[in-house]
Amino acid sequence: MREPAEIMEVKLVVNGETISRRVAVRQNLVDFLREELGLTGSHFGCEHGVCGACTVVVDGEMVRGCLVLAAQCDGARVETIEGLSGNGALADLQRAFHERNALQCGFCTPGMLLTAAELLARNPRPSREEIRAHLSGNYCRCTGYQAIVDAVEAVCRARREEAAS
Amino acid sequence: MKSAGGPTAASRTPNYIGVPLPRANAKRLLAGRGQYVDDIRLPRMVHAAFVRSPYAHARIVRIDTTEAHVPGVLRVITGAEVAGMCRPYVGVLAHVKGMRSAPQYPLAADRARWQGEPVAAVIAETRALAEDAAQLVRVEWEELPAVTDAETALEPATPVIHPELGDNLCFERRVDSGGVDEAFARADQVVEATFVTTRHTAVTLEPRSILADFNPAERQLTVWHSTQVPYMMQWILARHFGLSEPRVRVIAPDVGGGFGLKIHTYGDELATVAAAILLGRPVKFIADRLESFVSDFHARGHCVKARMAVSKAGDILAVDVDDLYGIGPYSGYPRGSANEGIQVANLVGAPYQQRAYRARSRAVFQNKPMYGQYRAVGHPIACITSEGLVDLAAEALGRDPAEFRRRNYLPADAYPHTLVSGLTFERLSQHEALDKLLAMMDYRRLRAEQAELRKRGVYRGIGLASFVENSNPSSATYGQGGVSIAAQDACTIKLTATGGITVASSINEIGQGGYAVISQIAATLVGVPIEQVKVVIGDTEVTPYGGGNWGSRGTGIGGEAVFQAGKALRANILNFVARLTESEASLLEIRDGSVVEAASGAVRMSLEEVARTAYFQTARVPRDFQPELTVTRSYAQKTYAGTYTNGIQASHLEVDVDTGFVKLLRHWVVDDCGTIVNPLLADEQIRGAVVQGIGAALYEQCLYSPEGQLLNGSLIDYLVPMAGEMPDIEVGHTCTPTATSELGAKGAGEAGTAGAAAAIMNALNDALRPYHARVFTLPFTPERVLRALGKIQ
Repeated sequence: MREPAEIMEVKLVVNGETISRRVAVRQNLVDFLREELGLTGSHFGCEHGVCGACTVVVDGEMVRGCLVLAAQCDGARVETIEGLSGNGALADLQRAFHERNALQCGFCTPGMLLTAAELLARNPRPSREEIRAHLSGNYCRCTGYQAIVDAVEAVCRARREEAAS
Repeated sequence: MKSAGGPTAASRTPNYIGVPLPRANAKRLLAGRGQYVDDIRLPRMVHAAFVRSPYAHARIVRIDTTEAHVPGVLRVITGAEVAGMCRPYVGVLAHVKGMRSAPQYPLAADRARWQGEPVAAVIAETRALAEDAAQLVRVEWEELPAVTDAETALEPATPVIHPELGDNLCFERRVDSGGVDEAFARADQVVEATFVTTRHTAVTLEPRSILADFNPAERQLTVWHSTQVPYMMQWILARHFGLSEPRVRVIAPDVGGGFGLKIHTYGDELATVAAAILLGRPVKFIADRLESFVSDFHARGHCVKARMAVSKAGDILAVDVDDLYGIGPYSGYPRGSANEGIQVANLVGAPYQQRAYRARSRAVFQNKPMYGQYRAVGHPIACITSEGLVDLAAEALGRDPAEFRRRNYLPADAYPHTLVSGLTFERLSQHEALDKLLAMMDYRRLRAEQAELRKRGVYRGIGLASFVENSNPSSATYGQGGVSIAAQDACTIKLTATGGITVASSINEIGQGGYAVISQIAATLVGVPIEQVKVVIGDTEVTPYGGGNWGSRGTGIGGEAVFQAGKALRANILNFVARLTESEASLLEIRDGSVVEAASGAVRMSLEEVARTAYFQTARVPRDFQPELTVTRSYAQKTYAGTYTNGIQASHLEVDVDTGFVKLLRHWVVDDCGTIVNPLLADEQIRGAVVQGIGAALYEQCLYSPEGQLLNGSLIDYLVPMAGEMPDIEVGHTCTPTATSELGAKGAGEAGTAGAAAAIMNALNDALRPYHARVFTLPFTPERVLRALGKIQ
């Protein structure tokens, strides 16, 4: 047996709530969110940072929750699909995904939504190719990606129109 | 639609069949409120991790678990212990003659037969602790020579994986119309090729997941399982653990993708159940991605040598096929690993007139992971072979590939048509589909553009692939072979106390839209607004019996059961109201949640009133009349082995002849799945299926060392299609409803995968034509393209 895992005290803000926990230093952020906080909307797909199913936002930056340790998030602000759904930040994207059936099994969907939101925050006028390129770190095995691209494109258009009016 | 009635009349309930409604059950998934197996936590729940064989073939000399018993570890289970609790299984079907396999145990007991085969289970308080302790289980191995090449698996010098079987042959199928050699002898042209598809796998984003709980006091087993087939699993768990079947409850919560991966029996999952029984507490096992690659079922590793004889006039005279594929060390359980080969032998050349046809398919055992059904079982291989030969023949004759196809399609008046293999096509719409596809893609313009661009050194290709796809299978697939996989599905609809309906169905939701399809059919047939429908699925304790989701059967078979149940409930309600109101049932209708007079639209009773009367105010019900407001109906397709769907796909792509990279420009599909319940769902499901086919064509392959070590078993090394490389995919339909059901639906889930790789292969070879280069080995990696071009050795 290796040495017992070290424990560390962390204090962080998750979806606006201040959380204090003692965590194993080897525990990754998504494991922490899921196991300690019951926030099961972020999923494990590969644990290699490839599939994007575990995408969360840490201090405003989109990260792979499986590649970040909970211990690294001491003092950080973490946002997950649950928080961003609750505060309406993703509402137009969620509506567009729903209307176009841009999800099937839903396992990739939280990560896909967060990734799409990041793109829209950075680039209000992405081309279809840019949307496809930006979503290329998020694996979806069910859809043909097309409905997802359509949904993101529609939200871009709607946000621009809203901003112009 | 509005009724003709006056202002008091209820408007007619919409017909939801054929309407592109968003799925009601998708909203919680969008909010991160889905519930997959790994999201469930039970009191006293513990976790399993597995010790797996590091060798493709090895004798287990001894296992020492002493060091693994550290604090937090509850139990270490080895093969012998599980074998004492769980009867072994043999993946053969009684009606598939000559199929052989050997008894298989959940955990390897004395020999491991593939790299990744589970050998011991460690049960601990957390998954992390279980994984730590699994590394402390000491296994002494004696490595044995491994069978890793299907081509040599039957040679006398090759070791035999199961000595009691005598050789490594699992199964062989032959089909022969006679007259094949004669047809080749008199042919004007013969074309031939060897088509190779490389083993790949489903890679559902949610890995295999199971949570098992056992209550010893009642001997009640409850399993939350990421499965497509709750009732099949109920039967397997009861049978192999010696439990009373009604005391085995299988719940499929949200399932993160299936594609056929989740219709098989897995030893690590059975061992998890064994642990729950031993410990009398909940045990969870979630496969991680690395162990998924070496323990999930694989598929599609074929080598097909095929030739086609054609006449100068442009007729296909004969096709001759020899298919060889390497499965795992056992045939899969309970469905067997022969279906791919059966489909290849049955279906090469099937869209065309098979004047003379001969096929042989052989499945051989190998020391590689288990192997079996994956989306569009065998069809992509049959399609690659057929369509590859068709393009070669058209080229040899100097014919346009679209027109060569049209000439050779089964005539439109040939249906029902029975193939040489004995399968019958109820009705296909090949000519119509081809016309539609060519119009959608503007075929002539693309051909003109292609010629123009070639002059400028831009190499674009256009590839067509006609396909057929089995759906709505009868019991000929499994049930007749003695395994308890239902060919039938059922639906129970209950009128609730306030006039809504709950609809319990034996089909379930794996993302394909089962929930939505069930609600749309039920709402339409009963006559209630869709908001008044609640669907109940995925739980053997509360849904009626049925086969679940595989073989493109959910909408066609499960949906027809919903259709019949809805119709029956509507009839019961109308008869009841007719009796209460002294009217004739035939003069009444249900519209928008109310029973109305058909002629005037005047409301006679709301469904809430109907329910209130039947449930609470029974004094108002005539003594000799008992309203039945909960009805169950079942349906099985019994006319054909399957109701085949058909269609055609086209790929447009560009090859960089310096790098070998392929850029997909666009893809088109015309699919005929009969009645479409929800086009929004059908179209994106077809696109998703096409993308899986594109994965097979360009990216996906399980690469092995000669010793049987998987070389690319992670999502970093195993390439899957991502958004950036995928083209827009335009989907069109022709509609030939099956006459075997009132709904008329055929399957839509697999056809996209059946045809996509063939379309890409043909487009790629079309692009490479000026270089006289051809590729027939999938995936078409840049390296293979450059080799074909002679640019690398």
